[in-house]
Order: sequence, then C-alpha cells, then structure tokens
Amino acid sequence: MSNENINAEKKSFLSKIDWMKVSMPIVGILVGAVVGSIIIAAQGVNPVEAYYYLIQGAMGSVDNLIGSIVKTIPLAITGLAVVFSYKANIFNVGAEGQLYLGAVAATLVGTSFIGLSSPVHIFLSLALAAIFGGALAFIPGYLKAYKGFNEIVVTMLLNYIAVLFISLLVHGPMKEKGAFYPRSAMLEQTAQLPKIAGTQLHSGIFVMIAITLIVYFIFKKTTLGYQIKAIGASPRAATYAGMNTKKLLVIVMVISGAIAGIAGAVEIMGVHLRVIENFSVGLGYDAIAVALLANLNPLGAILSAFFFGALRNGANSMQISTGVPTSIIGIIQALTVLFVVASSAIPKLVEKLKRRAKKNAK
Amino acid sequence: MLNSLLQNIFTVEFFASSLRLAAPLILAVMGGIVSERTGVVNLSLEGFLLVGAFFGFLGSNLTGSPIIGLLFAMGAAVILGSLFAFSTVNLNLNQIVIAVVINMLAVGLTSTLFRTIFGTSTNQLTAPGFKPIFVPILSQIPIIGPIFFQQTIFVYIGLILLPITAWVINKTTIGLKIRASGEYPKAADTMGVPVSKVRFLSLMYSAAITGLGGASLSISGLNTFIDNMSAGRGFIAFSCIIFGKFRPAGAMFAAMLFGIFESTQLRIQAVGVPIPYQLPLMFPYILTLVMLIIMGASMAPQSWGVPYESDAE
Repeated sequence: MSNENINAEKKSFLSKIDWMKVSMPIVGILVGAVVGSIIIAAQGVNPVEAYYYLIQGAMGSVDNLIGSIVKTIPLAITGLAVVFSYKANIFNVGAEGQLYLGAVAATLVGTSFIGLSSPVHIFLSLALAAIFGGALAFIPGYLKAYKGFNEIVVTMLLNYIAVLFISLLVHGPMKEKGAFYPRSAMLEQTAQLPKIAGTQLHSGIFVMIAITLIVYFIFKKTTLGYQIKAIGASPRAATYAGMNTKKLLVIVMVISGAIAGIAGAVEIMGVHLRVIENFSVGLGYDAIAVALLANLNPLGAILSAFFFGALRNGANSMQISTGVPTSIIGIIQALTVLFVVASSAIPKLVEKLKRRAKKNAK
Repeated sequence: MLNSLLQNIFTVEFFASSLRLAAPLILAVMGGIVSERTGVVNLSLEGFLLVGAFFGFLGSNLTGSPIIGLLFAMGAAVILGSLFAFSTVNLNLNQIVIAVVINMLAVGLTSTLFRTIFGTSTNQLTAPGFKPIFVPILSQIPIIGPIFFQQTIFVYIGLILLPITAWVINKTTIGLKIRASGEYPKAADTMGVPVSKVRFLSLMYSAAITGLGGASLSISGLNTFIDNMSAGRGFIAFSCIIFGKFRPAGAMFAAMLFGIFESTQLRIQAVGVPIPYQLPLMFPYILTLVMLIIMGASMAPQSWGVPYESDAE
C-alpha cells in the first residue's frame, strides 16, 4: 500500500515536469552545435576537433572549469534580473545600464570607508549597487506603469546614458590618480570578494546562489510572485482581480534593476577590482538570451548562464588550437535561443495547420 | 576663447561631416520607419546595419565594384530581414526577443565570415568605395553647396528618400495599408488589407534600405570593415524614429541632430577642448528622453509591438 503511494507520487512528480520545456533547450543547443559544425567544416577544420578544444577549454581542468564558472556568475545574476521582469511581461532591456551603475556604486563604497570589516564593507557595496540599479530601473518602470511609455525605448536610452556616464566618470572624477588608462582606483582589500581556496573562483558565487534561491522562492511561495505572474498572464485580469497593477509593475522593475546592479557590483568586486570602461561587453544583452534559453525558470537561468559562460571561456582555446574564431559562439548562441523561442510556436502552428486541413476537407 | 572655439568647431566643413556621419542613421531611419508604422517594433535594424556593412565590403572587395557591394549589402540584409519577418509575422514570436537573437546572429556571422574569408592577417584590408559626387552647379552655392551637394551617393539617397517616404506613407494606398496595419490591424483585416503581407514586405523594404545604410559605414570613405562596426547605430536609429514621433521628417531631423553631436564629439577630442567628449554623445539620448516625457507616450502606432493573428484562416 505504502509502496503504491510512493509510486503514485513518483509518477505525478514525473508527469509534472513539462518534458517539452526541458528538452527544447537541449535540442536547441544541438541544433546550434550542428550548424556551428557546418561553419567550422567550411573553414577546413574538423568540427569534432574544434568542439573537443572548446569543451577542453571550458571544463577540461579544474582551472578551466573555474574560469567558466567565473564567467557564469555575472551572466546568471543579470539573467535572473531579466527573468524577474519578463515574468510580469515587461522587458527590462536596461540591465546593461543598471549593472554599470551598480558597478559604480560598488566602486564608490569600495574605495572609501577605509577600516571597515570585510563583511560590512561587502554588504554596503552590494546594497548601494542594488539601490543604484533599482533607482535607474525605477524610471522606465514608473513611465511604463503610470504614463504608458514603452519600457524598451526608455531602458535603451538609459543604457546609452549610463554607459557614457560611466565613461565620463572613469575619464574624469573617478579616474585613478596618475593612471594612464581610464580606470578608477582599486577597491580596498575589505571590499573585494574573497577568493575561494586560493583559486580564481570568488565568493560572488554565493551571491549568485542566494539570489537564485530568493527569486525561486518569490515565484514559488509568495503572494508577490503570484501577482507578478498574474500580471504577466493578463494585466487586465490582474487589475480586475483587485491588484494594484501599476504599483506592482514599478516594484518588478525596481527589483529587476536592483538584481542587475548587484551583478555589476559582483563582477567588479570579484574580478576587475575597479571600474573600467566597457567592462561589461554586453552582459545585459546576453542576459536576455540567458533568460530565454532558461524558459524564464530561475534555476534554469544558472544552467543556461553556465552554457554561455563555458562557451565564452572555451572559445579561446578553440581559437588558439584550431584557428576557428571565437565569434562563432555568437552564431551558436543565437541559433540555440532562436530554436528554443521558435519551438514555443510549434503547438500553435500544428493547430493552425490542422484547422486549415479541416477547412480544406470540408 | 570660447568664441574662437565655436568658430573652430562650427564651420562649413563641420556641418558637411555631420551629414556624412549621419548617412547610415538617415538610411536606417528611412527604412526602419516604414516597418515601425506597420506595427512592428523593429530593433533588428542594428543587425541589418552590421550585415550591410560587412557584405557591402565583401561585395566590393571581391568584385572591385562598390555598386556590386551595395547589392550584396541589400541582399544580405533582406535575407536576415526575412528571418526576422518570418519569426515575428508568420510565427507571431515576440518581436524584441527575435531582434535580440537577430542582432546576436549578425555580430557572430559577420565577425566569423570576416575571419574565415580574409584570415587573421593584420594588414589593413580595403575595398573600393564610393567617392563624394559634386552635384553640378548646386555644389558651387556658398555654404549650402559644400554641406549638401558634395556628399556621397548614400547621403543623396537618404535625402531623396525623405519626401518619397513621407508621400508614400501619407498620400498613397500603400501608405494607408501600412498605417492601418499599425493602428487597427483587426479593422484593416476586415477591410481586406493583408496585414501579415504588409508587415512582411515592409520589413523586407526596411532591411534593404538599412542594409544600404550599413554599406555607407564600410564603403564610403573608410573602405574597410571592423568587427561590430554598426556599434549601436541601429538602436540610435530606432530612438530617432521615436524622437521624430514616427514621422519621416521628424525622424530625419533627429538623425541629423545625432550626426551633429557625433561630429561635435570628434572635434572636441581632436581640438582638445576641456569638455568631456562623452557629454555631446550623451546629449541626444537625454534630449530624446526629455522630449518623450514632455510630449507623452501616445505617438506610437496603436498596435506597435502586438503580433497580429488573422482569424481568416
């Protein structure tokens, strides 16, 4: 009897998983890899060999694997920021600008307040980064909710303003004294994220895990998460159900911006240890792809960020060993995401074709 | 001192170079506006520009003819555009999401092909490019002549497209169909306007013209290709269209304004003026944002960004 119960439970758990959703990213990655191999073959390189060096470079040794994880951390956190907003069906394309502001906040705190204990210093840095990122995201959130502005347009404009503003800062007021390159002074030791076991892996990984769990928890267990998903499904229905949709939209945007701000701070405090111009190289945009590949699942975001991070990390050794340019991973990424996104249209398409067939039969 | 500075900066040559710098934007804006008016949020302009820049260079380099380069640029952009159109119009996938993918694909594709075809030699690769054409008589007019009539073919095409685009959108049946698809696709559909077809073809057109704009980056003076050469100009063009309230003249004005600010920035860096060069670059974005807030949001086509699914099938 008890055995049956367990079996039934197992069954229901398995049937709960949406196999379509789980398998599509994997199929998408395969499609990207196959097309990638055609392009590699066209260059006269054996694709198997190229992919061998790619995987070798991404996780062939402990050091390589750590390198991939270090690249995964900012992508995953920014990806979570994007996931958070997309759940409410608003598009935070502004993660790029928000993470830059977060980086500035972390640098401001990290280069001042000498003599703080490390946990306090790190906490203050992350907190101010969250505030900066959230404040920048408040603008498009407010304009969207209360004035009906398109959030994409506003976030896009703010990205440019933010990135140029940071460039202005590191060339001017925040520039390290006597430095030739435009960069800020180095963070105090106490504001740097400690490295783990003497490796390049920094403790930003715990920040990543914590944010993942928080986001997961919000959507699984809290009223806020439920309301966000309701808005995402139908803002009108959510309003009729008595939710303050406008206020919620602003909150979603601010939280999303805060997470992106933390991502920028973690990248600075763990890797660069100071603000440099263009440190992000499009993290905020890649994060959109991360979120899409993960089907907006917070846990999936870590996996898809790792996929992207590992590709980036492994691509270098592929280029060195086989001459295949690293830029090819852009093609693989794009095709993978395209396939995953397009697969969502398949059920609809099948239905459409069925209807058409029915009509023709009549 | 400020006076001499201003004299140094705002010369005839300055305005001529502003217009030259604005050429890719003007073309992207003139192409993009048509598709935006059909109700498609077309952020893939960035990808079209980049692909246009690369294939324009490739065509010119392979054949020695910049005109073939133009055809390459337009053709490649149209192919990429049809991928965007098929995904967004036929499959009804999210327009922003697909644009992100298209832009990513464009960066990967152009950089990879560039290295595959030309290798990794450090020699500066060049291709024959277009030279400025002096329009007879008009180019001799003081001030106006050097600014408007000693430009490359790209500037002329862009300028000519302004009245044509405005006329087509506002005065013709095609324009009516375009506008109807963007405002009330359902009503348009009922009236027999093939909304999907209108959107698809408009996207093809905008890709072709934007591809031309891309070629103006690579084979109009610089005559080479650099990775990610479009550098966000597609997004700027997108902002220009919004700044111009989705009207061709307004969008063109915005594109020229961006050209002037870009030119100012270059001058400031060259002359060594103690103004951060980022300021003139930031200014257009801030201005666009402020203008948006002042003018309000209700200027986009009603159904902008909303996929349309016909019931008729």
